[in-house]
Amino acid sequence: MPTKTISRRDLLKSSGALIVSFSFFGPVSKALAQSAGLSEDGLDPTALDSWIAVAQDGNVTVFTGKVELGTGVVTALAQIVAEELDVPFNKVHMDVGDTAKTIDQGVTAASRTIERGGPQLRQASAAARQELLKLASGRLDTPVDKLTVTDGVVSVVDNPARKISYGNLLGGKRFNVKIVAAGVGWDMKVAPGVPAKNPKDYKIVGTSVPRIDLPEKFTGEFTYSQDVRVPEMLHGRVVRPANVVSQPSNVDESSIRQIPGVVKVVREGSFVGVVAETEWAAIQAAKTLKVTWSAPAKKLPSGPDEVFDYLRDTESFRDNVTVNRGSLDAGFSRATKKFEAAYRWPFQLHGMMGPSCAVADVRGDRVTIWTGTQGPFRTRDAVAKLLAIPKGNVHLLYREGSGSYGRLECDDVAEDAALMSRAVGKPVRVQWMREDEHAWDPKGPSQLTTIRAGVDAQGNLIAWDFMDRSFPWTETEGNALLASNQIGLRATNLGFPNGAAGGGQIYTFENQKVTAAAIPWVQENEWPLRTSNLRAPGDLARVFASESFVDEIASGLGADPVQFRLRYLSSDKRPAEVLTAAAKKSGWMDRPSPAPSSGKQTATGRGIAVANRANTMIAAVAEVEVDKVTGQVSVRRITLAHDCGLIVNPDGLKNQIEGNIMQGVSRALLEEVMFDETGVKNLDWKSYPVVAFEQIPEVEIILINRPEMPALGGGEASIVPITAAIANAIFDAVGARLRQAPFTPRRVLAALRA
Amino acid sequence: MAKFSLTVNGKARAVNTDPSTPLLYVLRDNLELHGPRFGCGLGQCGACTVLMDGNPVRSCVLPVTSAQNRKITTLEGLGSVAHPHPLQAAFIEEQAAQCGYCMNGMVMGAKALLDKNAHPSVAEIKTALNNYLCRCGSHLRVIRAIQRAAGAKA
Repeated sequence: MPTKTISRRDLLKSSGALIVSFSFFGPVSKALAQSAGLSEDGLDPTALDSWIAVAQDGNVTVFTGKVELGTGVVTALAQIVAEELDVPFNKVHMDVGDTAKTIDQGVTAASRTIERGGPQLRQASAAARQELLKLASGRLDTPVDKLTVTDGVVSVVDNPARKISYGNLLGGKRFNVKIVAAGVGWDMKVAPGVPAKNPKDYKIVGTSVPRIDLPEKFTGEFTYSQDVRVPEMLHGRVVRPANVVSQPSNVDESSIRQIPGVVKVVREGSFVGVVAETEWAAIQAAKTLKVTWSAPAKKLPSGPDEVFDYLRDTESFRDNVTVNRGSLDAGFSRATKKFEAAYRWPFQLHGMMGPSCAVADVRGDRVTIWTGTQGPFRTRDAVAKLLAIPKGNVHLLYREGSGSYGRLECDDVAEDAALMSRAVGKPVRVQWMREDEHAWDPKGPSQLTTIRAGVDAQGNLIAWDFMDRSFPWTETEGNALLASNQIGLRATNLGFPNGAAGGGQIYTFENQKVTAAAIPWVQENEWPLRTSNLRAPGDLARVFASESFVDEIASGLGADPVQFRLRYLSSDKRPAEVLTAAAKKSGWMDRPSPAPSSGKQTATGRGIAVANRANTMIAAVAEVEVDKVTGQVSVRRITLAHDCGLIVNPDGLKNQIEGNIMQGVSRALLEEVMFDETGVKNLDWKSYPVVAFEQIPEVEIILINRPEMPALGGGEASIVPITAAIANAIFDAVGARLRQAPFTPRRVLAALRA
Repeated sequence: MAKFSLTVNGKARAVNTDPSTPLLYVLRDNLELHGPRFGCGLGQCGACTVLMDGNPVRSCVLPVTSAQNRKITTLEGLGSVAHPHPLQAAFIEEQAAQCGYCMNGMVMGAKALLDKNAHPSVAEIKTALNNYLCRCGSHLRVIRAIQRAAGAKA
């Protein structure tokens, strides 16, 4: 702690220009942090100086453990800070994800950054503003309530000529003020008692400020994790078996002797990697190296059907019952009509366009790592454990990688780089190859969902029994990642359950039970079907099931899908509002599904779905064309209504929603990890296609802004209803019900024949 | 190892490398350019695209030997934040990215398209970029950016 304090103080003595230069990953921060002896415990969150610094020229630097993943969230956080401090947006600089300079605010994930991280930074800013006003009050000899702030300048309300800037008040000095910071990570409450601005006075929050990071991304001036280069750096590649992690019984180093520039074959436990002077040499060596792997301790399942059988037949280790209303027995005994269906969801990839990449520099028991992790502190701690050193000895500098959608919460490559750097005593950059990423991406898990419902003689849905069976995230915090596993560290828990929302909780039925069961999946040895959180984890499959099933019942009762849903949407008006807004904008015709057949080869249909993801409400209408001869589905248009409370940046939010829609179409129509006992079969983009330009729908977005509400997450909510809306639209078009994703032509034709 | 003379972004560059090295690694590791990016190493995603004599090529599968005596243009060769090419300015204006990792391919693919067809239709844009993959789903904005750039050129 003391060494860091000195470093930060040294920094603050410098000019504003210097502050700017270190605000985004500049060389100063690197030098600074490398010289810092880091304490085990990190910075003190109750010190205001841990969060915010004001330089002499009025530039404000915010230190945050939240990181930019390509969603624009750091721009939005900067807006929140600028708003609360009353400084121009371009005076705010975000220093993100440096474990030596930032507070651990938890991983950047689950659409929680605006919802949880936003108030943390807002309150720290409010505390800073309060402190600056106190200082100004003394300097201007005027009570605080007679002062006002504009663009970082404090002035006297009735005598604006009397003024002083933030830079003059504090520049070059620390606040030296304690604030309240209770709890940890996402749940930390920062300066909770400090009054913040009334949202009706917002000028910066609520506007479409352009993204801070984008210009450089279009010119090649941006530095991604993949672009980090440090002196003396070598290149590494991993060598992993295609199936489970077996032991390398023989490594024939002579097989790569002819490749110039190979430095070392790194072996530790069952870990094998190659380090070379050039990237191309490392790639060739990893590809060429002859490794004989022992017979796998355990084979993968023979295919998806075996996985669904396993999900059905294996006892869960945790049943999360989120709704248990009335009595299902009573409901079903009164029912005159019963419905039952099962829905299947495949393993899917995060599918980062840029494979995992990190640079590690291990010097004795000190480590510096540059990586794109979603959890800088989680990765720091994992690397410390891997190398058996104190976590304060690991200094992680965040560098943005490819969009990761949850994948980089499990920062495998940082561990690979650390092991290889330790072995050669030099910094090593490791990038995974495409097949490494496709094979070992900790996947979004397969799910099997069964639902039963009962309807009484008057046509009321009076019984709803929803059961989702899903794998937890085996790669959850505390469990060993790949390299850790290969050197003998093991999982310590069964993993984090794959969510529980989307099971029809949005509706109120007289007798209703919603259960999400976690089926054990942690394996003795890591295998390529390891699992983790994939964007809106578990919710796509559960909403696919529940919203398809509601549609099946509406159709069975001859009811319009929108009108039927409105009967059961709870007293909260927000779900009904997004539902009707999306329907209206799409030109929804009030009629039951399926649509009357046109008799043509190509049929068109529309379907709707509504969802609640972490209190963000979303409804989507899909319009599709189905070729009844080929089984090909084209999504023509998605109309989506979105309510995430107060909107911080409307264009940024729209950007997220558009992306969620495209990814949603992709996952609904195309994406399925194929495997057999020997390994994952789709190891490139040809065999695991994602949506391409010629397959994208038109998009209509309705943003519902609620300034009276807190700002909620917008990063992943809008992907949730897409699959169900498409399934319902296919049914509307051709009268065939798709209950297994993705909706490939083969499955569509099978459903048509059923 | 062997010496190669390349013309990159209008400048003659000499590099010393294994002749089998794909151009991508020469551009990134020897010439320290960040525009062309490794995505798949298989010529499938487009993130590594550069222009060779004006035509888009996948530098991850193009041996450096094939790039000799050709004019190579990378994303950096179009413009900078201080002086963006109109196409880059259009992408910025449309905020046409999320993570941006694939955007090198999108911009270079669009450059090649607009050089041949100054006013492409939406369908022509989709066809031209169909083999450039984006996982974040910025497709609609990319189309709008290209339309904007085409309008600006007119």
